[in-house]
Amino acid sequence: MTDGEVNLHQQLISAIEHQKRPTVTVLSCLLSVQDSMGYIPSEAIDLIATKMDATINEVWGVASFYTNFRFSPPKSSTIEICWGPTCHILGATKLLETAQRELALETEGDSQKGDITLKYNTCLGACAQGPVININHKIIGSMTPEKISPILSEFLEDNS
Amino acid sequence: MTTYEILKSEADERQEKLSNGDKPWIRIGTEVHGRAAGAIDVLEAIEEELSSKNIAANVQKVGSLGISYAEPIVDIKKPGMPRLFFANVEPSDIPSIIDSYLIKDEVPMKNILGSLGENKISGVSDINEIPGIKYQQRIALRNSGHNSPDDIYQYLATGGYEGLNKAITNMDPSDVIKEVTDSGLRGRGGAAFSTGIKWSFMVRSQGPKYILCNCEEGDPGAYNDKGILESDPYTLIEGLTIAGYATGATNGIVFIRHGNNGPIENTEKAIANAYEVGLLGKNIFESDFSFDIEVVLTGESYVSGEETALMDAVEGKRAQPRPRPPFPAAFGVWGHPTTINNVKTLSYTPEIIRRGAKWFSSIGVNKSTGTAIACINGNIRYPGMYEVPMGVTLGHLVNDIGGGIPDGKKLKMLQTGGPLGGVLGPDSLEIHIDFDEMREAGAIFGSGGIIVADNDTCAVDITRVLVSFCQYESCGKCFPCRLGMEHLLEIIERIAKFKNHDGDLEMMMKIGTSMEGASLCGHGQLGFGPIRSALKHFESDFLSHMEDKICPTGSCLGTKISPKNTRPYSWDFLPPNLDPVNLQMDNPRKKNG
Repeated sequence: MTDGEVNLHQQLISAIEHQKRPTVTVLSCLLSVQDSMGYIPSEAIDLIATKMDATINEVWGVASFYTNFRFSPPKSSTIEICWGPTCHILGATKLLETAQRELALETEGDSQKGDITLKYNTCLGACAQGPVININHKIIGSMTPEKISPILSEFLEDNS
Repeated sequence: MTTYEILKSEADERQEKLSNGDKPWIRIGTEVHGRAAGAIDVLEAIEEELSSKNIAANVQKVGSLGISYAEPIVDIKKPGMPRLFFANVEPSDIPSIIDSYLIKDEVPMKNILGSLGENKISGVSDINEIPGIKYQQRIALRNSGHNSPDDIYQYLATGGYEGLNKAITNMDPSDVIKEVTDSGLRGRGGAAFSTGIKWSFMVRSQGPKYILCNCEEGDPGAYNDKGILESDPYTLIEGLTIAGYATGATNGIVFIRHGNNGPIENTEKAIANAYEVGLLGKNIFESDFSFDIEVVLTGESYVSGEETALMDAVEGKRAQPRPRPPFPAAFGVWGHPTTINNVKTLSYTPEIIRRGAKWFSSIGVNKSTGTAIACINGNIRYPGMYEVPMGVTLGHLVNDIGGGIPDGKKLKMLQTGGPLGGVLGPDSLEIHIDFDEMREAGAIFGSGGIIVADNDTCAVDITRVLVSFCQYESCGKCFPCRLGMEHLLEIIERIAKFKNHDGDLEMMMKIGTSMEGASLCGHGQLGFGPIRSALKHFESDFLSHMEDKICPTGSCLGTKISPKNTRPYSWDFLPPNLDPVNLQMDNPRKKNG
């Protein structure tokens, strides 16, 4: 194994073996790996199957079911834009259009123009301050296309 | 002295020091709406200003007062003065607030919202005159925005754990169940079933038994469960412990969606605090009753809020509903007897035990006792989370509390009870918040979300978003829902693009009716609700798209975002080194494989 692979392996073992919460399940292992790595490397599936005495198939079944898991490393920043009905009524579509234009994306995904991933979110839970976005786990309300452009360009300038 | 008395006297002492000590007490609303409005930056500005001016103060993060539109709210209590509330505070406002109020003793009038408590200040109105506060009757939310979620002593000082103490020391479990049954409390998760009766179903076998508290709350437009956990987690923890005592359960599980960091952190902190002072764990209040609570997270999946799917998620599987029977009360999580309650339902029980069933049942109307926690948002002047007595009308919520529709526009549509609840027209303002009356009117109160849309909203557009949500969140287990939602979305998208085919309406009716009859759980059974109700109230919008090829408001002309996610996923996402064919084989490592 290369150094990088050894590091990855150790990080995975530590995420799976040292969980904060007492109930350990296939799902809790996957969530712990996702929190620690930002994605689920395929090696993690193997390790979790062994640890939980489950089949690889069962672990993939859980990993592919919940929409918060991803299977390739994300960009270093993530922007989530809510498209729930409240935010939609308050103008979320315009935010999404602006974000997609600035990031050169047609749907959600990793931007080729900057070091940022765009994600749709069904509800960020701050509807009374809608439309809401979430940048690297910082939630910002009352968003407008005018306000979102400078926020995004920060990520583009830094990394393009 | 008993444990309760010792804790209570310690708590009273601390509370007295906080509110009448020599230091000012500054509270800032950092619930998710506060944070979305920039409360963390305001908090930093406060701390910076205090340290640069060398002012000693108690600074606390608190939850939501319900008036989310006014966030970030800063609340300052000086010794001998009433509490002063400042609304929509920005970091740049902080130096002048601190300077004039804490140093010069002048009341800054910018941002002032109101005062609370004795010694009125001239020119500052009482905060109870604000409709969003005045019309609230808070039971589950009684401490939200007042108590720090980090401080269990504040909860004890404001009447917390009196209910549990009463239950454990003076009442048998059956008395507790009777009290809750008599109070008329009904489940606030959507089904509105009597909580006391539900508790009595719990099978009293040996071994572990569980109370599951459901805070999945994936409904867009609803945030009251998360609001309780973030603002006052102790009321839930006490309620959960009371439920454990009443049903003979050994363990409580609070089930929260991964990513809701505010509610998760505050709940875990509160659980740790309760263990520390002996309010969880072995022999609570010197009795034989022992109870443990932990937090379990689910991934992002709307259906995992369904009772039986939730149990699968706790066990770490795909969150897909199980057929019933067996019922959870006999065969639930890991095969043990389980009772599942919503956050709001459990949060009422401490006050029901403390103040009695009669007191609770005197609030509300008919068979809907107590209060409702409504989250009003959308095209509304004062969006927020308001706890009101059952029986008020939707019109009271929208107009008196919510302040009506802004910008001189008119109400077009209300969307209640989550995306499956469908939509209502403007004539619905007469409907009372009453489980049975709302059901008869073809609406559900459900999770309490009320989304308001003005006359610039297109019914086809909103229906498309709702259908898209329901399609995205279908768990894929039963095909009427999995395929039905996909076809419905296809047709509604066609209509929104003015490319409808002949017979599309009939086709939707046919698909929807089969989904209602043949789906395994509520998601598919109610999945046609948005379209059926939109056609009932707003048929003309559909016809103008279909026949005249015009969107009356222009909303359907822009980009249409409808993420598709049909579970099970296609294999596209698999890393290239994994061969899907080989995945079908059993893993030789598994025992009994």
